Amino acid sequence: MILAQDTAPLFDWDWVGRNLDAIWERTVEHLALTGVALTVGIMIAVVLSVVALRRPRTYPTITAATGLLYTIPALAVFALVAPFVGIGTATQRFITAEIALVSYTLLILIRNIVTGINEVPAGVREAAMGMGYRDGERVRQIELPLAVPAVMAGIRIATVTVIGLVTVTALLGLGGLGFFILDGLRRSIIFPTEIIVGVALSVLLAALIDLSLLGIGRVLTPWARGRGT
Amino acid sequence: MDFLSDVISWFAETGRWTGDDGIIPRTIEHLWLASLPMLIAVVVALPVAVWLGHRRIGGFLANAVVNIGRAVPSFGLIILAAVFFARAGVSLRFWPGAVALLALAIPPIFTNAYAAIVTVPGETVEAARGMGFTENETLWRIEVPMGAPLILAGIRISFIQVLATVPLAAVLSSGGGLGQYVVRGFAQGASGLVEVFAGAVLIAALTLGADWLLSRGERLVLPEGLRRRGSDEIRAAASIS
Amino acid sequence: MIRLDNVTKMFAGGTHPAVDGLSLAVGRGEFVVLVGPSGCGKTTTLKMINRLIEPTSGRIEVDGRDVMTVPPHELRRSIGYVIQQVGLFPHRTIGQNVATVPRLLGWEETRISDRVRELIELVGLEGSMLGRYPAELSGGQQQRVGVARALAADPPVLLMDEPFGAVDPIVRARLQDEFLELQSRLEKTVVFVTHDIDEAILLGSRIAILNVGAVLEQHDTPEGILAKPANGFVESFIGGERGLKRLALRAINQAGVSRGPVVDVTATTEEAAKVMGEHGVSWVGLLSGERLLGWVDGSEIEGRPLAELTPHEFLVSLRSDSSLRAALDAVVTSHARVAVVVDDGIYRGMLDLEAIAEEITE
Repeated sequence: MILAQDTAPLFDWDWVGRNLDAIWERTVEHLALTGVALTVGIMIAVVLSVVALRRPRTYPTITAATGLLYTIPALAVFALVAPFVGIGTATQRFITAEIALVSYTLLILIRNIVTGINEVPAGVREAAMGMGYRDGERVRQIELPLAVPAVMAGIRIATVTVIGLVTVTALLGLGGLGFFILDGLRRSIIFPTEIIVGVALSVLLAALIDLSLLGIGRVLTPWARGRGT
Repeated sequence: MDFLSDVISWFAETGRWTGDDGIIPRTIEHLWLASLPMLIAVVVALPVAVWLGHRRIGGFLANAVVNIGRAVPSFGLIILAAVFFARAGVSLRFWPGAVALLALAIPPIFTNAYAAIVTVPGETVEAARGMGFTENETLWRIEVPMGAPLILAGIRISFIQVLATVPLAAVLSSGGGLGQYVVRGFAQGASGLVEVFAGAVLIAALTLGADWLLSRGERLVLPEGLRRRGSDEIRAAASIS
Repeated sequence: MIRLDNVTKMFAGGTHPAVDGLSLAVGRGEFVVLVGPSGCGKTTTLKMINRLIEPTSGRIEVDGRDVMTVPPHELRRSIGYVIQQVGLFPHRTIGQNVATVPRLLGWEETRISDRVRELIELVGLEGSMLGRYPAELSGGQQQRVGVARALAADPPVLLMDEPFGAVDPIVRARLQDEFLELQSRLEKTVVFVTHDIDEAILLGSRIAILNVGAVLEQHDTPEGILAKPANGFVESFIGGERGLKRLALRAINQAGVSRGPVVDVTATTEEAAKVMGEHGVSWVGLLSGERLLGWVDGSEIEGRPLAELTPHEFLVSLRSDSSLRAALDAVVTSHARVAVVVDDGIYRGMLDLEAIAEEITE
């Protein structure tokens, strides 16, 4: 195979050393984009889940709507929102990106929250009522804690997905670590180091955060450890 | 409202639909870019997953595949693939996208097919064996038909995911199907927003349309009695979104 | 203590009332079993007592108060509730589970922990289990915790919906016996739902047999129902072998035992022969003071002193609090066709088939 001169050498550690500041900045940007998306996403998902749980008939509609947002590729959602929010200022670009990222998380979060609560065993719910828990007390003290595993699973999936999607926001001028991926490509000579750094760090970030969330989930559910059967 | 009339004009321009850069050729390219990797993914991943599921081994693999698949950004994957193909002197219009999309297509197909076979109740399989079905017959005449809802769902999910990722390949060159409009438009800043929006509408229409079509198709193909097995619970257990 | 006054429940979309004008009274300290075929409305009736289901019409009173006038959560905190699936909270330890109602009522910590400890022992579990989670316990253990949890705040009334249904027969029998003993000590007012007539007969002080629509077919003591079933439905529901079931309800010491063909070892062979003749048997039992040594066949005596003989042991002997049914079983299986009654080595007497049969026919 003839090596074309289309790219620079495969990995340039010097570049990494020289650009640690930029790498750090972009990582922080990545985390910020992810964090905001998840926080807003969880808040909206909780509200919609409560609606779906109180009025089960709304659930199919809610699922259909959020499913729509989920199916449309993130890039297209950016593109649908951008003309209306604008991409002139950094704030506008941030908002455009966040709207798309948040809408991607909704389906999975809502589905897991609703399923998590619905799957609390009927016997447990009945026993709680029969013993004299008021409705609010019961939901807060019994059903919610038992829904934690399902909710955490949803949060993990949503978070890892968002971390991947943040890279696409590079097309909007943001990108977090995706900035390096796009920048490496767009140079006059393709620069693999940047691309590799961008991809590797995204994956690393996703893996670390996933494991942390897994750990947090374990801490929150001491009863699910060491089951005999 | 000005903006929307601009968008409508964009669609109405002569040569917009047919012609070199036209919507129709680009849609066809988009579908082709999605279909080829899908075909290969199905041919490669499905039998392996089904076989592993039948033997009830390799569960960790199914799990790992899905988790890794989710953690690796498809955007990054495409561009990484581009790096290697560029070094090999190959045109970037098709191959990097195809390779990256293949990697993207495999996890849902693999994990769903695996879950589909593994969740067939043990007693059913035993009953079949007890009645004299051979291993092969048990697999293809009992387990696979019973797993059909999940398997088909996995293929549908995979295809929609791939279809949704094709646009990202547009950053590489002039490919990327309908994504080219969006990427090109963004590169032009504020003035490109009409094209960006139009492209987005087209992409959304294509993906939603494909999803709807495939869902309908799934429902038609599956016999009544099995429909319950494609339920949310099993899907959640298989940790497929 | 509990009164249902013409209570009716009609569910939305139903064609017939689940409960149709039921009137029932449960006295303080009574153990009432609601029993009937599946779908007869017994569980619906039970759930109306603690207002998990609200009646369409009619009045329900618990301890003099109309259940509809008390806020539901308050009502339920004063009534113990045990269900078949147990419903222990998986995310809380056993100790926390048992402490649920006291905590809802705001008891102080020391009182709660003392009470929890007391209850765990009461239901036959060890204190070391308090820190474990429900998933680590077996089905039988879980249900014991369920009972402890229901009793925690010392409610006067206990509602139980097929609580022993989800465990295997051996565990179920143990739980039933232990609960009977517990109830004899605590004397709660219990309303117990089951579809198993034998369980009802075993546990209940009174049984209410319900037909579809919670129609009350008969409300009486177990003995009363077995002796005089009110109608064909009750008869077929009770099932066969009613005589044997009635025998199971009575203990030997409620009936009378007779002395039987026994002599002391110091007696003469003539006295032995006389006793055998009186009872019309060819064998005699030997006593040493109050202790029963065994029996010897007439042919083995041959003029020798009784004390020199080696008596055969009676294979089965029963205590005087054993049931007449067990006595019947002993009679049928023994060589001599008698049931021997011995309490801690002290001979009480014997029963034969006739004596037992007389008990039923009166």
